[in-house]
Amino acid sequence: MNKDYSEEHENEKLEMYLLLEAIYRKYGYDFRNYSRASLNRRIKHRMSISGFGTISEMIHKAIYDRTFFETFLADLSITVTDMFRDPTFFISLRKEIFPMLKELHHIKIWVAGCSTGEEVYSLSILLKEEGLYDKSTIYATDFNDSALKKAKEGIYNINLIKKYTSNYQIAGGIESFSDYFIAKYDSAIMDQSLKKNIIFSSHNLVTDGMFGEMDMVICRNVLIYFNRDLQNNVFKLFTESLCEGGFLCLGTKETVRLSKYSHDYDDIVKGEKIYKKNSKPRLDITHINSNSNIEPVSTGFINKSATIISEAKTKLEELQRLIQSINPGN
Amino acid sequence: MKKYEAVVIGVSAGGLVALKSLLSMLPNNLSFPIIIVQHLYYNIKDDFSDLLKGGSLLKIKQADDKEKINSGCVYIAPSNYHLLIEDDKTFSLSIDEMVNFARPSIDVLFESASDAYGACLIGIILTGANNDGSMGLKKIKDRGGLAVVQDPNTAEYSSMPLAAISATEVDHILPLEDIARLIIRLSCNNTKLQS
Repeated sequence: MNKDYSEEHENEKLEMYLLLEAIYRKYGYDFRNYSRASLNRRIKHRMSISGFGTISEMIHKAIYDRTFFETFLADLSITVTDMFRDPTFFISLRKEIFPMLKELHHIKIWVAGCSTGEEVYSLSILLKEEGLYDKSTIYATDFNDSALKKAKEGIYNINLIKKYTSNYQIAGGIESFSDYFIAKYDSAIMDQSLKKNIIFSSHNLVTDGMFGEMDMVICRNVLIYFNRDLQNNVFKLFTESLCEGGFLCLGTKETVRLSKYSHDYDDIVKGEKIYKKNSKPRLDITHINSNSNIEPVSTGFINKSATIISEAKTKLEELQRLIQSINPGN
Repeated sequence: MKKYEAVVIGVSAGGLVALKSLLSMLPNNLSFPIIIVQHLYYNIKDDFSDLLKGGSLLKIKQADDKEKINSGCVYIAPSNYHLLIEDDKTFSLSIDEMVNFARPSIDVLFESASDAYGACLIGIILTGANNDGSMGLKKIKDRGGLAVVQDPNTAEYSSMPLAAISATEVDHILPLEDIARLIIRLSCNNTKLQS
């Protein structure tokens, strides 16, 4: 019995590979480097709703039926988030990051993977309350057009407003949250003035290029859906898109530290995963000519140097302690 | 005898006391990892793993995205994220919709763990006041893994253990002390099989 299941799992992995390859070749959407476990859940969910017995049956449908593919694409890509999710992140933006942006003439912010827009409106409200909205441009992008359409409309279920209001208050909101939307039947329609400086556009983090000279990139809870290789590619994109000293904001459980681009960033608000792109010159390995005259360094030499440095450090510490004992006031 | 590669535990109401008690009875040299989903209230920022550390010899930490899973370690799902396991035995997190009104959901962990570990998985359901985890435990059992449930008479809240028992034919229904003994015994078996 166990053997059957392990074979079934192996077969499913193969079908999954074929499905993702087919979608990429036919429609250009590339899910091949997404984290498989979540993708698997979403695909299984669609299979059970649409009544498919195997992934293979669904491959056929996805290739031949564009309408079905659109539905399936929404399954794979839309993440529903909250307004002011992780309220403490927004407190940090307001208290620690925005004061540093105040000096700028114009503020360019890229919200990458904005999905249905909840976070974009949260950001707009915050910028408005801190008097920065009028000199800001927010680029809100997603590769899913139906999600982007929803984001542009800015109409949310009224039942969620209670939770959003509470989040807003915990996030240090200074106005009445009800001033930011109009309630109509079972909908909350976000205020037009919040949309004025938002540019919604289609952009795919996996296959599209950089956005130039951003002062801040916000991309929260998107990278957790990607595998390590794809995460690295996206960090490259962000690093190229940010201006020197620009801020990168990730989700609470995401980090730049495990990527190849870790040394390009300093921690600004550690717990909230807000980083600042630094201006340290990088050693570009491709520029070192293999014929150039670099003496190979022996391990013995390195070990000897390390010993000298460590001895010097110990002596320095002794000296500091001595100075401290003579002059304890300093 | 079979080699087990991981233990997954699902626990809800009454979980802090139950987990503290269970973990205090385990040694720090287990031959497999223990991965736990504890339902938490929305938006709790505190690291739940900190609350469990006192009294246990094990290394307890919150699971990080794409982290490699190590034997002898206890991992706790972060609040407001689903915790999943990839085939290469690393974690993934997601903010997908709640499952059984919960995020993290026990079913989400158990089902993905079952895909990754197959028959070499031990699933344990402890105290709780809902029915999350019963589908996941069924999947673990169907794939040849071991299904263990806390004895409902000894659980602070019995509905989650009862739901699991009615959803699948479980292998063991035990009080916490005996669950600890079982874990130790299976961990020792692994070590014997290796040598």
